[in-house]
Amino acid sequence: MKFVTVSGPPSSGKTSVILKTLEHVRAKGRSVGVVKFDCLSTFDDDLYRAQGIPVRKGLSGALCPDHYFVSNVEECVQWGLGRDLDVLVSESAGLCNRCSPYIRDILAVCVIDNLSGINTPQKIGPMLKSADIVIITKGDVVSQAEREVFATRVQRVNPKARVMHVNGITGQGSFEFSTLWDDGEEVATVEGKRLRFSMPAALCSYCLGETRIGEKYQMGNVRKIDLDTQDGLEVNADRQQSAPLTEGEDGR
Amino acid sequence: MIAVDLLRTLTVGALLERWPYADGFFADRGLELGDDRDVAVTAAAGAALGDLAEFLTEMESFLSGEELTVNSIAVIGGRNKSGDDEPVRELNVTVGEVVCIVGPTGSGKSRLLADIEWVARGDTPTGRRVLIDGVEGDERWRTSGDRKLVAQLSQNMNFVMDMGVGDFLALHAESRRADDIDGKVQRIWNEANSLAGEPFALDTPVTSLSGGQSRALMIADTAVLSTSPVVLIDEIENAGIDRQKALDVLVGQDKIVLMATHDPILALMGDRRVVINNGGMVKVVEPSTAERANLDELRALDARLMGLRHRLRMGERLDEI
Repeated sequence: MKFVTVSGPPSSGKTSVILKTLEHVRAKGRSVGVVKFDCLSTFDDDLYRAQGIPVRKGLSGALCPDHYFVSNVEECVQWGLGRDLDVLVSESAGLCNRCSPYIRDILAVCVIDNLSGINTPQKIGPMLKSADIVIITKGDVVSQAEREVFATRVQRVNPKARVMHVNGITGQGSFEFSTLWDDGEEVATVEGKRLRFSMPAALCSYCLGETRIGEKYQMGNVRKIDLDTQDGLEVNADRQQSAPLTEGEDGR
Repeated sequence: MIAVDLLRTLTVGALLERWPYADGFFADRGLELGDDRDVAVTAAAGAALGDLAEFLTEMESFLSGEELTVNSIAVIGGRNKSGDDEPVRELNVTVGEVVCIVGPTGSGKSRLLADIEWVARGDTPTGRRVLIDGVEGDERWRTSGDRKLVAQLSQNMNFVMDMGVGDFLALHAESRRADDIDGKVQRIWNEANSLAGEPFALDTPVTSLSGGQSRALMIADTAVLSTSPVVLIDEIENAGIDRQKALDVLVGQDKIVLMATHDPILALMGDRRVVINNGGMVKVVEPSTAERANLDELRALDARLMGLRHRLRMGERLDEI
């Protein structure tokens, strides 16, 4: 079974792109399935079901969605294998821009849209930076110039990625995208494989259900903004100050 | 490959002078560069020195080869939606030509354009092959996000950035690594104003341009700044822009122009038109002498309609036309 992990900011067009692409994959006679990860609610599973695509959804609820993903991914792979799927897709929204669900040696796709603003590629972390393929959507409504500027910004953040334009409504580009799925390796299990980027460090009192505000309620892994020394620091749209990442290797 | 050893000998100042975009690498990793430009690169990058070398290498290869020139493309016929060979077996288009694509909605115009964009090698649903200067296109046209064979312009496209025309063009020029950015901005702006019916200023926000002004700016910008040798146009509105001049601007910049249209005036402006039906290229029509002569009449009709439109806008009645 081929396994493709797709992620991207909310409303960037992940589901539309996956649906259009799966049409081409299925036309080749391959069986496909999708696992949709989200936080609180999703209706995307209905869209897959309407196309006759087997789908499972996982809602992380109160848990960090990315931790939830990694804690469940092996079971999802086994679900796909149990159903004799040729291709399994995981779809997850990168909500805090700090994570990515990408696994080493597993095809990693980031979906991002032209309308999200030209500084967005710099704001998105590992989800964009460590993807193999970056799909840019909504190109039919913005100018050629903006598409070019946006694609350049994406390529600057992730020079190794293959950057493609796909229209989630008309499907333009989705056939071409589907041909790249053949490159992924066959997967029998992801047990023992490693994430491309570590999950965020957590475990403070708020992780454990604390709701009160104030230093005396804060325990564990807490970091404070330095409010005193930022004067004169150039914090403009072009050169956002980057938050330090915790130990994470961009292992590719 | 940019050697790590080379980076070891440089200061941050020297690094940024040679690779101005290197600051993005530090920013992305949360590494503070500070103001001291005499700091050694090794100190600033620390353990990321190897990654920096890789980043610079990738960026150089990504930014190089901008001067790719294409003189012609050929589409070798494949199959229509019924699986039969399409009648047109070869369509050749050379730089400076305008080829129109006509056909009913859903006939396969988009697929033809997608085949060209993907530089098909018999590996798309139509089985077509696209040759660039007589040879099969190489992988590079497919892999680079920035260097594409086809630039697209359509009536549905808008500017969405919150910027003035001048800043916007400068930003685009910068992302193309263009030299003489100010000169290019001026040139595009002048060109766009010569196409647009109503002039606009360099500080006009791009989002407040009229339809015709937007299209004029998009066309002038694509002609001057886009590196894509093929420009694909999906109609050009019939108001606020000189359409003949717009095509001339593109053709003058050595572009190959493909235009999907249902408008008789635009269709007759083309050097040829390809008729698409049921997913296949059915025939290639060259405008006849009679058609060319009719173009003048169509233009006169069009001018008359535009005149009525203007009168309407001025509050006049149209009792007499």
